[in-house]
Amino acid sequence: MSGAANVVTSILLLAAVTFVLLACIGLYRFDDVFSRIHAATKSITLGVILVAAGVALQLRDPGDTAKLVVAAVLQMISAPVTAHILGRAAYWTGTELSPDTVVDQLAEADLDPER
Amino acid sequence: MMLVTTVCLAVLALCALLCVGRIVRGDSVADRVLGLDNLLIVIVVGVGVNAARTGSGVYLDVLLVVALVAFIGTTAVGRFIERRGTR
Repeated sequence: MSGAANVVTSILLLAAVTFVLLACIGLYRFDDVFSRIHAATKSITLGVILVAAGVALQLRDPGDTAKLVVAAVLQMISAPVTAHILGRAAYWTGTELSPDTVVDQLAEADLDPER
Repeated sequence: MMLVTTVCLAVLALCALLCVGRIVRGDSVADRVLGLDNLLIVIVVGVGVNAARTGSGVYLDVLLVVALVAFIGTTAVGRFIERRGTR
């Protein structure tokens, strides 16, 4: 294993872990479900992508790289879906919004929640 | 490589603690489910870091399976919350 690959892998892994840590701090500290979903979903997806890149560079094996690509793509597809379903469920079951919320356009819209 | 991955795994342990804290404190079921989802993805990242640490791709299948379980589980519980209410 060459030294340059090790350095790049280290940087990628550290960046990935930093993003995951930011996601978890946001998840723990934010005020309501929706801001927590916002904090958790985006940066943790980037964390998974970066860690997949780092591990693929370290292992240098086509089969392992294929698995990591599948994992990263799966995360990119599943994170928005998960966030949407959780946010939707939380909103329609009457979860309170943070007191700092500025605008709630969905409440002003004239919608039938059962539709 | 050893030093870097050790630091990474330590930070990931802290992340897992924060997720568990959210699961324990959670205001609603949606918060707890989100915490569990996040915890599973932290595990995915941890398995990846471990693969780079040991230099073997044996556990990458585990990584894929955990990612799939996180997605399917969260989706299922999300639909369930929507049908049954937040309690």
